[in-house]
Amino acid sequence: MKLQRKNRLRASALGALVVSGALVLTACGSDDNTKDSGSASGKPSAAAAGDIKCDGAKGKLLASGSSAQKNAIELWVKNYMAACSGVEVNYKSSSSGEGIVAFNQGTVGFAGSDSALKPEQVEESKKICTGGQGIDLPMVGGPIALGFNVAGVDKLNLDAATVANIFNDKIKKWDDEAIKKLNPGVTLPSTPIQAFHRSDDSGTTENLTKYLKAAAPDAWPHEAAKKWAAPGGQSASGSASVAAQVKQVDGAIGYFELSFASSQSIKTVDLNTGAAAPVAATGENASKAIAAAKVSGTGSDLALKLDYTTKADGAYPLVLVTYEVVCDKGNKAETLPTVKSFLNYTSSDAGQKVLLENGYAPIPAEINAKVREAVAALS
Amino acid sequence: MASTTPTPTDTAPPVSRSTGSTGRAGDKIFAGLSKGSGILLLVIMASIAVFLTYRAAIALSKNEGNFLTTFDWNASADPPVFGIAVLLFGTVVSSIIAMAIAVPIAVGIALFISHYAPRKLAAPLAYVVDLLAAVPSIIYGIWGALFLVPQLGGLNLWLDQYLGWTYVFEKTQIGVARSLFTVGILLAIMILPIVTSVSREVFLQVPRMNEEAALALGATRWEVIRMSVLPFGRSGVISASMLGLGRALGETMAVATVLSPSFLISLHVLNPGGGTFAQNIAAKFDEANEFGRDALIASGLVLFLLTLLVNGAARLIIARRKDFSGANA
Repeated sequence: MKLQRKNRLRASALGALVVSGALVLTACGSDDNTKDSGSASGKPSAAAAGDIKCDGAKGKLLASGSSAQKNAIELWVKNYMAACSGVEVNYKSSSSGEGIVAFNQGTVGFAGSDSALKPEQVEESKKICTGGQGIDLPMVGGPIALGFNVAGVDKLNLDAATVANIFNDKIKKWDDEAIKKLNPGVTLPSTPIQAFHRSDDSGTTENLTKYLKAAAPDAWPHEAAKKWAAPGGQSASGSASVAAQVKQVDGAIGYFELSFASSQSIKTVDLNTGAAAPVAATGENASKAIAAAKVSGTGSDLALKLDYTTKADGAYPLVLVTYEVVCDKGNKAETLPTVKSFLNYTSSDAGQKVLLENGYAPIPAEINAKVREAVAALS
Repeated sequence: MASTTPTPTDTAPPVSRSTGSTGRAGDKIFAGLSKGSGILLLVIMASIAVFLTYRAAIALSKNEGNFLTTFDWNASADPPVFGIAVLLFGTVVSSIIAMAIAVPIAVGIALFISHYAPRKLAAPLAYVVDLLAAVPSIIYGIWGALFLVPQLGGLNLWLDQYLGWTYVFEKTQIGVARSLFTVGILLAIMILPIVTSVSREVFLQVPRMNEEAALALGATRWEVIRMSVLPFGRSGVISASMLGLGRALGETMAVATVLSPSFLISLHVLNPGGGTFAQNIAAKFDEANEFGRDALIASGLVLFLLTLLVNGAARLIIARRKDFSGANA
């Protein structure tokens, strides 16, 4: 018995050592990764510090929501916290749906969402915003990239109908006639297409399906919604996981924000919109498409109506606009100064400039001017 | 060193029993304590059941779909439509796959450790297996997603080609191995330690006399195992499997990381898709509103009942076999 017990002790000590060693190693690994992805998606703009006004900001500000703007918010938070010491902004990137739920429960100072508040959500927000209601402030624009991973193919042009048929499980192989016709001179392999969509309720899904519904109504019979409706395909939770799957699997195609594609060097589809040449997914091209948007919200609510069928040269119509959802009146006293000063920075010229450097698109100037007014009027 | 000899341990229980009964106050306190904790456990279980039932009732009263047969989970929508058919199917199928893989392997390892391995090898081997239980499930999830899933592509093709005629292993949808089958393999690895270590303990408890009697009759080592060890250990192995099954049914993060969820039922276990109760709760909880959470709790209640049923069934099986096992000898 004694002997055995000794062995036992020794073995468990050894085991503990192995496990803790592994933990230390993994911890190092993840640290390195964040550093890498940070530098890959762009350096923080050096000019930022001087432009940030911290007046009155203090303590900890919680926020959560859309994973579409994750990379943009991370850079903003980095710049902002470097300029304003003693303030901590903590953005949990999950999904638009979750952000709005958290906002309406009053647990966050602001929420990020890829789609504007629905009437019933506005109604619900009145409980949290005493005397006011939740409003949408467009803050980050960006192209939704269609990332693909097909061995031997570097450039791919698709139009809305083909994209719809791919995600609808109608086109099953990469050397399908429809794809060949759009890509003369490209040798396409007969690899089966593996289409990845989001498994969680996502504003990115909603924007993609809105685009498909508007630009290819015949090929896309499903309603535009946050929840994926088409049969077949595979799913993953969050833009980052979809991008990781596309990166890993030969023959894959998936949709996510451009910043995820550039940080993992995933090739993206050029859209054949009917313009003179197929349009690449870039921040500039997305800006051109967003410039055609109209404000559809009332009062200080700045929800936008996007034009998905634009044929303008160099305008990439598969875009999304991420809103920051805040209370127009009745924000919590302890977070209001921080919310105001942070959103003031993100909507400033310096803040918007960060976007273009990182695969996102700035909000067009005249809309942005209204956003700044709305931020200044928050109470 | 004297304590390492087996004789004192054999006589130990009666000795300690006689010393324990000298203090009557101690007996009473101990009896009270054990009765108290037994009642406390029942109270906790009952209050969990009451809480789950109450919240579930709220959700079920407003459900527009059929809770048992709807292939959808739209609890936060207006009107709410949700059903557990896919989740129940996925939970049961992935657990069955896990059990089918894990139990034979675990029994094999346990027999090897208890009867075949040299002593020097047995102890470390036992601890390596036990260590598997200490690895958090999210680590299994990450390992599964990054290593297991890409590796299983080949196995899937092989199964499809040679066992495709079974329908179950026919692969009708192209895709990576993010399927219920992969989840089953991962769960099998996760429940291996508990099944192995309990089985090993049971196999070590086989009365020495039984084995020696068999050996004296000229049985080989395998015959000894077949005639005395396995019959004696059967009920123990069943309990061990049920403990493992409990873990497999409730596993959350590893499944959520490895599975490509979808609300479809398919017996083609190699196709991506499906879902389990725990995975669905983890995936939907964050973005669910108050009502959506009630709906998830309703699904949790079904998992709770499922676990109770499984444990009840296990008790029945064990009770029926107890007389033959020799455990009472």
